[in-house]
Amino acid sequence: MLLIHCPYCNETLPELEYAYAGEAHIARPANPSEVSDEEWAEFLFMRSNVKGIHYERWRHLHGCGRFFNAVRDTVSDKFLTTYEAGAPRPDLDTLVNTPAEGGK
Amino acid sequence: MNALTSLPTAILETSAARILLAKPKARFSLRARGDLAPFEAALGLSLGGPLGTRASTGSRETIRLAPDEWMLHSTPSDAAAIEGACAALYDAHPHSLVSVSAREVTVVIEGPRAAELLTIGCPRDIAKIEPGSGRRTVFDGVTVILWRDAEDSFRMDVWNSFAPHLIDLLKIGARELAAEVA
Repeated sequence: MLLIHCPYCNETLPELEYAYAGEAHIARPANPSEVSDEEWAEFLFMRSNVKGIHYERWRHLHGCGRFFNAVRDTVSDKFLTTYEAGAPRPDLDTLVNTPAEGGK
Repeated sequence: MNALTSLPTAILETSAARILLAKPKARFSLRARGDLAPFEAALGLSLGGPLGTRASTGSRETIRLAPDEWMLHSTPSDAAAIEGACAALYDAHPHSLVSVSAREVTVVIEGPRAAELLTIGCPRDIAKIEPGSGRRTVFDGVTVILWRDAEDSFRMDVWNSFAPHLIDLLKIGARELAAEVA
């Protein structure tokens, strides 16, 4: 079972308390009526599906109920870090070169 | 009326754990952001601290579930006073206070192996929940609020519709623990 660090509860807890919520840092267009159908489809459906380091959202469903972001390696399932929703993307170089504290 | 109203207060007692149904309470879900001091003054309770922190004054008891969410328990006769205290704050400090008294029941689990009994449904490390604190967590797929009153005494708030299932599960677990050869 994955152990995930919730940045709001500040605890590392079993995966069963969480719900996965897709790729992170996808901003909804500020004015949807101005974007083309292609751009809208891109926003709605197209995801990067990376093999490797992935920025993704999780929700602490059976806990504080908060959405937060995580950086996970999709190959090894290791969490590099988790951070609060709305925070900027953490710098990848520092993450890869320092041991993880946000979960295992 | 649901099936639970006919359940007796004591549900099961084995050598491992006792399972009881707590008396009806007034329950409120409070959501508030910003300055908490006016709410603390109105309710007479401290609302700060890390998630899982509890506070109590008289019959009122609160637990912080999220950065902006608290569960507030009291006696049914105190409900109107709580509603009145918060309503007076509403204009200056918009918030949400929702009565959820009829939504949940509280199951008391106590006894020498109460903590072990909880591990049958809760993936979290029970030992890390300090006595006197609590957490919202999951029990066999159901969201519950777990209050740890003492080393071997817990209360579990669970939605009515899930309660018969969870209570049956706890009964089976308590019997199995008691049946184990020492």
